[in-house]
Amino acid sequence: MIGFNPRAAWAIYVREVMRAMRTAMQSLLAPVLTTSLYFIVFGAAIGGRMESVGGVNYGAFIVPGLLLLTLLSESTSNASFGIYMPRFTGTIYELLSAPVGVAETLAGFVGAAVTKSLILASIILLTATLFVDYQIRHPILAVGYIMLVASSFSLFGFILGIWADNFEKLSIVPLLFLMPLTFLGGTFYSIDMLPDPWRSVALVNPIVYLVNGLRWTFYGTSDVNIWLSFGITMGFLTACVAVIAFIFKTGWRLRT
Amino acid sequence: MSEPILKIENLTKVYSGGFKALDDVDLQITKGEIFALLGPNGAGKTTLIGAVCGLVRPTSGTIRAFGDDLSHNWRSARARIGLVPQELSTDMFETVRRAVSFSRGLFGCKSDPARIEDILKSLSLWDKRDEQIRKLSGGMKRRVLIAKALAHDPELLFLDEPTAGVDVELRRDMWRLIGNLRDQGVTVILTTHYIEEAEEMADRVGVIRDGKLLMVDDKTSMMARLGRTEAHISLSAPMGEIPPEISEFPVHLAKDGMELCYRGGDGTGLGSREVAELTKALTAHGIDYIGIEIRESSLEDIFVGLVEDRT
Repeated sequence: MIGFNPRAAWAIYVREVMRAMRTAMQSLLAPVLTTSLYFIVFGAAIGGRMESVGGVNYGAFIVPGLLLLTLLSESTSNASFGIYMPRFTGTIYELLSAPVGVAETLAGFVGAAVTKSLILASIILLTATLFVDYQIRHPILAVGYIMLVASSFSLFGFILGIWADNFEKLSIVPLLFLMPLTFLGGTFYSIDMLPDPWRSVALVNPIVYLVNGLRWTFYGTSDVNIWLSFGITMGFLTACVAVIAFIFKTGWRLRT
Repeated sequence: MSEPILKIENLTKVYSGGFKALDDVDLQITKGEIFALLGPNGAGKTTLIGAVCGLVRPTSGTIRAFGDDLSHNWRSARARIGLVPQELSTDMFETVRRAVSFSRGLFGCKSDPARIEDILKSLSLWDKRDEQIRKLSGGMKRRVLIAKALAHDPELLFLDEPTAGVDVELRRDMWRLIGNLRDQGVTVILTTHYIEEAEEMADRVGVIRDGKLLMVDDKTSMMARLGRTEAHISLSAPMGEIPPEISEFPVHLAKDGMELCYRGGDGTGLGSREVAELTKALTAHGIDYIGIEIRESSLEDIFVGLVEDRT
């Protein structure tokens, strides 16, 4: 049945944002502290001894990658916890018995996860100015791309939160798959630095395209075709929406 | 009879493991009534509620609420249905007022602090409005769940074991609340283990076992149809056999002829009248007795009888 319940979407959104505020230390300060440590070690300490990459100072070069590293993990974990906890505690009954469909649920949960990610991204970019000197060549495109990535991985996190039936599964995907792929996806280096065949292997990693997409909005340079980056990100987002629509249609892991 | 507010036809639910929780259930609920669904653990009560409220996907059958088929037009119907679950499931770190306001928004209602205040006051929760739910007692948490279910002023309210694990005082409060809801025109469907609860409040009673609805009837009719009176008359001297003067009564002898047992009536007072007639007949025919113990069967006896008959 088609329809949209805007008050429900708003109620979920506000509750989820408030939940993050209740745990601000964990939600905001912890990622900022971690990213600051990366900037200190790789940007200030090691970066000073590194050559510039593609004409960009190494400290500045890693800013988009580090931002993406945090965005991917936080968007995923925020959205996955957002939907997993009601399933775990049983409060999901209220959502399922309400006049709420996939659109309101996504607008609420994923919207809140994206909002938290954007707040976090702003804080990280501000923090970065304390350690390295960087500029954003295409600021509007950068904001758009950050929103796109945050939305995609919030949707991915939502799927993860529905799929997981215990806390281990909830953390295993970000830890064992997302984090390694991000580290190997050119966060701290240009894949042009890699010798073959490792450069070719790196091109199989989808995170390479995300990192380079964001890096292009910052410095106008990329190791891969920017349209391919954009296409892969959009493709991932569309696939996540399709999977969630299927979940709601079939009730998989939601309704018994 | 008014138009049914809820109409369930041929509802079957088979879980993925093959367990049949509901087996071809038919049920109609009339607007404004209080319906009690009785059944032992695992009978299918919660599954039935879950199927109507969107928590359980039926395997087959149709559910119509307010005239709408829930498999298609679920939005408008769900906005008019409230559910109080059996488990104390709520965001424990949220405050009472915010939790209830959230529920109102979730069901598409405009924010209304005055209405939330009314609901919290009616459930004696107003003083606790800014407390985190985790700090409340079990009884208070259950009240919060009821407040959340009432936040959008539902016309049809499901209460799944509303008084499970609550003290007597709170149970009485709940009954009063349900009575008030009925006065306001809310249709209430409750599941319970407490027969007393059904006896006290329900207009109609349904008995479910192994996913099958064994009986649905008006409470008074059910009592009349299946209710019985039992009388045990202790005789002063043993009786060898039932004398013809009292053979028209449904009686038999027990305790080596020292006790005359009557079992009959219909749950509407017929049994008591017949026992009175029986004692008069005994006196008239010089049969002396030294004591009478009389007991009307309760809804519980009927329930136990129904469930055991099919074991």
